[in-house]
Amino acid sequence: MEKTKKEVLVLEDILGSNKKIAGSIRKKLQEKGILSINLLSSPGSGKTTLLEKLGTKLQGQYKIGVIEGDVETERDSERIRKIGLPAWQITTHGACHLEAKMLARIFDQIPADLDFLFIENVGNLVCPASFDLGENLRFVLLSIPEGDDKPRKYPEAFITSQALVITKCDLLPYLPYDLERVIKEALEINPKLEVFQTSALTGEGLDAIYRYLEKKLQELRTKNA
Amino acid sequence: MHELSIVADLFTIIEEKARETGARRVTKVRVLIGELSGVVPELFRTAFHSYKKGTIADRARLEIKITRIKFKCQSCGKEIKTNNISRPDFSYACPFCGSKEVELVSGRDLYLEKLEIEI
Repeated sequence: MEKTKKEVLVLEDILGSNKKIAGSIRKKLQEKGILSINLLSSPGSGKTTLLEKLGTKLQGQYKIGVIEGDVETERDSERIRKIGLPAWQITTHGACHLEAKMLARIFDQIPADLDFLFIENVGNLVCPASFDLGENLRFVLLSIPEGDDKPRKYPEAFITSQALVITKCDLLPYLPYDLERVIKEALEINPKLEVFQTSALTGEGLDAIYRYLEKKLQELRTKNA
Repeated sequence: MHELSIVADLFTIIEEKARETGARRVTKVRVLIGELSGVVPELFRTAFHSYKKGTIADRARLEIKITRIKFKCQSCGKEIKTNNISRPDFSYACPFCGSKEVELVSGRDLYLEKLEIEI
């Protein structure tokens, strides 16, 4: 049989299947009035610690759930459960990021009456930025010991986030660090970023995050009303 | 190295299109990779050629076209092209009117543009 070559125009989004699943998660969360927040950062910048602080403060008034993404172990979920919050662990067994389909698999376990759903992504400032999980807000965390040159080195994480949380600010007196430079660079690549300067140790800046989250939850529910 | 999971999704689409068009073999795959997609073209290429083995595209060539970052100014409506976000003078602001109300219109995209098939 004669071979014929033919060109086929496709123009299909390669991440389309992830975006579709993420879209359906976003819609379900919106209907239930749950505000979801995807936390991105390199390993060790304080995502779990921030969640412990936010969870402890907010749980008297709100219902909170946490999805923990890690390559291996249940360690982070155990930390969250210790403060009395429900946590669901996703272990990726090697993958460097969470994808919407991984969330979809456990989605039925998420109670419908939550106020906030935090999703702690796998510690990595690069890969998770490419994958929509159906979240309402994306927080990028940057800790002082990581250095003051990061926003321009990892632009996608900063461009796709709504808030920048600078963590471990209690270390500022001990390290050569240009805080102004970090904030200036981050705002140059994303002028809409909300910036929070925090320390989980002293509690600095955490109130501003609570207020921001409460405001965003109200906005989400006003849309539903 | 999330390129491999993206390539896995790409092959789901390739195989679907091959079935739809009755292709006996896929000989060329052309993708569009946005400069701000977070995908490294070299790693994408490596992942593609290791994944293609045993698939309908096992001898396919891969063509990559990089799509540039483009912004649109919400105030004056002008389009802004920039070829490198890591340049020290890059700023998320309109060079024409100075407005910071600019929106990304392209540069994050990852598309399977076309296939060459044998039928």
